[in-house]
Amino acid sequence: MSVIERKFLLQVPSSTENLAIVREFLNKVGQQAGMGDDEVAKVQLAVDEACSNVIEHAYGHDSSKEVMVRVSFDHETLRIEVIDTGQGFDPSSIPRQELEELVAQRKTGGLGVRLIQKLMDEVHYEVGPGKKNQIRMIKKIAR
Amino acid sequence: MANPFRIHQSSQGDISIFKVEGYLDAHTAPEFERAIQAEIDAGRHRLIVDCEGLTYISSAGLGVFMGFIEEIREREGDIKICSLVPKVRQTFELLGFQQLYHILDSLPEAIQKFTDTPRWEG
Repeated sequence: MSVIERKFLLQVPSSTENLAIVREFLNKVGQQAGMGDDEVAKVQLAVDEACSNVIEHAYGHDSSKEVMVRVSFDHETLRIEVIDTGQGFDPSSIPRQELEELVAQRKTGGLGVRLIQKLMDEVHYEVGPGKKNQIRMIKKIAR
Repeated sequence: MANPFRIHQSSQGDISIFKVEGYLDAHTAPEFERAIQAEIDAGRHRLIVDCEGLTYISSAGLGVFMGFIEEIREREGDIKICSLVPKVRQTFELLGFQQLYHILDSLPEAIQKFTDTPRWEG
């Protein structure tokens, strides 16, 4: 049996004002993939977090740069790649701290990475600073 | 995009109430942060954030709650959170915020909580 895969691509200037566009894009694609509202919401949040990290850390709020979001799905799986060419980001550099510790130290960093891990079924980072960095996320589609 | 995020501020006695609407993401969180900071600067440390109209929150918004809470509690105050819609509540709970904050179902309950348990005792 042949598997039909559909592919979508969104490229936006690296500015937080475009996060709403990214979320809306994921909403439309997630619906077309047949995901329920709850699953779509999780994907939107995970991709928002990944793009926010790119805008803030990889590109340092330089809106002349661009963030690319590639999405594909088949009957079972939604795959998302968030791609940038900025400074690489190594998620393992974030210490695993309890929320209480972060609060006590008045730190707020690392929450986004933590959320992505909780929201998606698989998360992979490929880091090539100045060339191509990408975070690949996979969400199984409940049928 | 018009008015993605709004804050309506009021007070009841020494409690400051922030009604937040729209979405709280990395773009809009700085506005929320400034509003909370202004309140702390004015010496007001008993805050309620009413999220009835909040449709979305990401870690940038959650970070605002985290960034101030220690300072506020050191000054004998607290931030209490109320009226979360289910989708937003899910995000708070994914990170375990219910262990760190009083999260109430309604604004009257949040106000009452300041009478019953003014300070966070863990």
